[in-house]
Parts: sequence; structure tokens; C-alpha cells
Amino acid sequence: MSGQDAPIVELRNIVKRFGNVEALSGVSMTVRKGEVLGLLGDNGAGKSTLVKTLAGVHDPDEGEIIVKGNARKPWTPLAARDAGIETVFQDRALAPQHSIVTNIFMGREITNAVGLIRVQRQIDEANRLMREIGFTSKVFNPESTVGHLSGGERQGVAIARALYNQADVIVLDEPTTALSLTETQKVFRFVEAVKASGRTVVFIGHNIYHVWEIADRFFVIDRGREAFEGEKTAFTGADHLIEMMHQLAETGKADTDTLVNAA
Amino acid sequence: MSDATPAAAKPVEAIASAVDRRKEQSHWFRFYRRNGRALNAFLALVLVWAVFAVNNPVLFLNPVYYNAFLFTVPATIFLTTSLVFVIVSGELDLAFPSVVGAAGGVFMYLVVLEVPVLAAFLVTLGFGALIGLGIGAIVVYGKISSLVATLGLNFFILGLVNLLAQGRTISAPDAVGTFGNRLLVGKWELFDTGLQIPNHFVWALAWTVFCYVLFKYHRFGVRVQLVGDNSESARQMGINVERIRVGVFIFSGIAAAITGAVLVQMANMVWFPTSGKAYLLIALAALFVGGTPTWGGVGTIFGAFFGALTVTLIPSGAVGAGFAGFWTDFLFGLVIILTMVAHRFSGARVR
Ligand SMILES: Nc1ncnc2c1ncn2[C@@H]1O[C@H](COP(=O)(O)OP(=O)(O)OP(=O)(O)O)[C@@H](O)[C@H]1O
Ligand SMILES: [Mg+2]
Repeated sequence: MSGQDAPIVELRNIVKRFGNVEALSGVSMTVRKGEVLGLLGDNGAGKSTLVKTLAGVHDPDEGEIIVKGNARKPWTPLAARDAGIETVFQDRALAPQHSIVTNIFMGREITNAVGLIRVQRQIDEANRLMREIGFTSKVFNPESTVGHLSGGERQGVAIARALYNQADVIVLDEPTTALSLTETQKVFRFVEAVKASGRTVVFIGHNIYHVWEIADRFFVIDRGREAFEGEKTAFTGADHLIEMMHQLAETGKADTDTLVNAA
Repeated sequence: MSDATPAAAKPVEAIASAVDRRKEQSHWFRFYRRNGRALNAFLALVLVWAVFAVNNPVLFLNPVYYNAFLFTVPATIFLTTSLVFVIVSGELDLAFPSVVGAAGGVFMYLVVLEVPVLAAFLVTLGFGALIGLGIGAIVVYGKISSLVATLGLNFFILGLVNLLAQGRTISAPDAVGTFGNRLLVGKWELFDTGLQIPNHFVWALAWTVFCYVLFKYHRFGVRVQLVGDNSESARQMGINVERIRVGVFIFSGIAAAITGAVLVQMANMVWFPTSGKAYLLIALAALFVGGTPTWGGVGTIFGAFFGALTVTLIPSGAVGAGFAGFWTDFLFGLVIILTMVAHRFSGARVR
């Protein structure tokens, strides 16, 4: 395995139950350094649950989380962020009554030695970040209330927050839903930029053509279990992947023999 | 715009001034948007005062009239400004009156043992923090609704104090006039006006500013707001939601302890177990008149301060203004309802 392919995050045999519902029944997923991993699956398959486990939000009932070679326990949202994993959650995890800048620095406030917030510094940083992202509409500024923003703009805030720290791994749970075509292209450019800087992306999306465009590898889960995975090169094209997803939905099993170089 | 050439000066100036005007408007507009609730609370106070003053100008324009007001209002200020943190975090604390009583008892117990007043005061603050920690831990880690838990704890702590006190009061007349006592609750006259400023009013002002900075500019206060706005978001972003919630109860405990120690000194070093009881509804009313909404996530310290002044002014002021005593509750209710309507104009909850 070359340095490029080294695993940066490994989830091993993750089981997560909510009451009687077993959302994840022993999923093992490896994320390699520098790749864009497309995480696919039907509604309710368990993608967000897996992502929240990776982000430290859910404590798995069974299984291990290994980041940069070390098994992590206890694994909390703070531990995940400290380990260099930033997540754009499906629900965006925003505080709607507060400003863009307060949201961007939520849990990561820039403070002085006694914990007083460096207000101007945070505003400057937020301004810089928003300009970088192309988030420069005249009608809002870093002090605008998030609850007054449109759905797409809120997504922009969540994405900006994830990009702020130059984290090693950026996890995006359906970042392009509710985005216009141009905004979606923008998100793709961020993903490419993150990848170009040698960092890693986990990307969840329902539009398979979108995910196809940017991912290097695909990991598909079905009702809490791994269905199949494969490099982009193992598929003949997006339609091949879609065909397999259809098979999975209809028969509960995809024909992995059609994968090129299938092991 | 400033380095426009003379030839183009006129139109440029016109544009510049238009831009400046727009900026100015938006500045004031933004100021109101941001502080509307505190401003409403201030207006409510001014209005209540104006109604009283019109009815009895001689009394209400005489500085001496406010001696009693300034003497009694600090207790409500200490309690209300700290309750902002509790309500904004999405919790409720109904146990603070019992902590006021218990802390006053601890303070007096120490003073009777001849511990210097200031040292006894500091120990009492520690006691308040500890009891707040206990209340917070029960609410947060026991996963009990804070309304129910603190309601029960209020009776429990008050009952415990009553049992320990066995109906006795504690007094320490010797400690009256000592250095610590004078520093905490002594009085001084403001420029020969006859207006006596009590030191605990000055401390209450300082406490309000401290709360304001903590609430608005400290990591703790900002996190309290975020937890109250959307606790799941806060958790997902790595904020230790439980710790913030417990912290809020500790803070409330400290404020209640300050109030307890101040109240016994206001009563010339006499303590009776129920000394905090009267403040439960007063402080909550002050908080909501002050413009902190019930739903959590946002609130205003200065609004709470004005709210405390308003609810203290109403009962005494109504009598002074010539309203018969039985008007008091009616006026009280009227002011609460009217300010709620005014706050409604400053915006509903943003989601
Ligand atoms: N907090 C929870 N409590 C109870 N059940 C949950 C919880 N979170 C997820 N589930 C259940 O776990 C299963 C997987 O949900 P999850 O959100 O991970 O799906 P998903 O793949 O992200 O779906 P979608 O594409 O619709 O976002 C679902 O059946 C869901 O109802
Ligand atoms: Mg999901």
C-alpha cells in the first residue's frame, strides 16, 4: 500500500441500535488518505448514522474507530474535530437565532487567555472565508442571522465551517441537496480543491451522477450492511453504478461479478 | 469617496451623503434589531415611572424618594440577571429562593462564629456554587425536567433549612458596621442630594456589567446561547452540552448566594430561613418583562436589569402615585402583558 492509499480512518464492525432498530449491523469502512469516497445507499440505509458515528456524535454499540492508526476511545464530537475530522451534517447543525460568524465558530471560538471572544478577529476570518467560498451576496454579512438565510445559504455556512480549519478529513452528508446548479458546481470545486491539497473527503449524495463526477471510490450500504464497494475504475460508467443500485433495491443484492477487476 | 476631484465633487458628494445616510439608517435599524428587547424593557420602565410621576410629581422628582428603592432593588437585580443564563440555556430554575435562604443561613452561621464578614461572604459564594452544582447535576445527569426537579428541590432545600434552624432566626448585631459589612451594604450620599446610594446597589451594577460581558463576549455565555438555541447542533459541533447546563446552575447558585448574604445584611444581620421566598415570582416576572423570551437561545442582560427595576418600582411606586393598594397586582399584570406585546414586535422566534 502506498502512502497515498494509507487508511486515514477505519470503522470496524460498527453496530448501532436505536431501541429495537438496528441502523448499522456491523459495517466496516475504510477511508484512504487523499481520496474522495462516495457513500451511497437508499433512504434509511444508515449513511447518516455511519457519518455521525464517524463524527463522534453516536457512540456505537459495537465496533472500533481507528483514526490515523490509533483506536479512539472515548470518541466524542470534540475528539473527532480535534483529530481533524470536520462534518457537514445532513441537518446542518446550525443555531438559527445566531449570526453566521457565531455559527462558523461554534465550539471553536477564537478567544483570549481568559476565554473572551476576539470578536473582530472572528468577523475578519468569517469575511475572508465567505469571500473565498464566493459567499458574498450584498444582503448578508457575517453578522446576519442564520435563521433569515435561505436553505442554500445555510448550507454554505455549514460548508464554510467545515472548510475553516483545513481539516484532514471533510465529511459532507448530502451537501448539494437544495442547491442550484451553479452552487452545486461550487461545492464540487471545493471538494476538488480539498482533494488537490492532499486532504480527504467523504461525500454522501443521492444524485449518483453528481457523486460519480467527483468520487474516486464508492461504498454502498443497504439496510445497515455493506452492499458493495469499488474503485471508480471498476465501473464502466455512472450507468453501471446506477444499474447495480437498482439491482440492490429490487433484489436486495447487486451482481458484483460485473465489476471490472472484481476480486 | 474622500479623494474625489473638485470638478466631480457635487454629484459625488450627493452620492456619498446618500450612502452615508443609508449607512446611518441601517446602523440605527441594526441597533434596534439587535437590542429591541432591551430597549422595550427600558421604555417600559420609563413609561411606568412617567405614569407615576405625572400622578405625583412632587414625590417622584424628589431624590430622597428613591432611597428605599435603591436599597431593595439589588436583590432582584442579582437574581434576574443570572436567571437570564438559565432561561437562555433552555432550562428553568425554581430552586434559587431556597438557595438564597440557605446561603444567608451559612453566611450568618459563619459571622456568629466571628469569621470576618468578607471571608464569610466568599465562603458563602462557594457554598452557592456547590449547591448549584448539586442541583445542576441532578437535573442534567438525572435527565429530569428542570421545571419539576427544581420545584421539588426548592421545597426540599427550604425544608431542610427549616429543620436545621428549628424555627430560630440568627442575628449578629456585633457585625453591623464592620469593615466588610460597610463595604458590602454601606451607604453614602450622592452630592448633597439626600439620595443615599447603598453599596450593594453599586455591586449590583457591577454584577450586571459582569453578566453582560460573560453572556455576550465570553465563550461560556456564547455557548449557553448556542445550547439553548439548538442543543443538538451544539453537541454535534463538540460543545459539552451537559457541562454548559450544569455551569448555568452553578452560576445561578452563586447569584443566589450573593443575594442571600446581601439580604441578611440589609436586615442588619438578621436571618430567617425563608428570606428568599418572596423573590421567586418577582425575579421571573422581571426576567420576562426584561425581554428574555421563554424559548431559549437568546436573551438580554440589560433588559433583565431594567425589568428588575420595573417590577420593584411598581408596588412601591403605585402607592406613592396614589393608587390604592389593591391596584398593585392589577398594574403588575398589566405591565407584564403590555411588555410581552411590545417584545412580540421585536420578533418571534427565528428558526
Ligand atoms: N436518532 C435516531 N433514533 C432512532 N432511529 C434512528 C435515529 N437515527 C436514525 N435512525 C434510523 O436508522 C435508520 C438509518 O437512518 P439514517 O439517517 O442513517 O439513513 P440515511 O441513509 O442517512 O438516509 P437518508 O438518505 O434518508 O438520509 C433509519 O431507519 C432511521 O429511522
Ligand atoms: Mg441521511
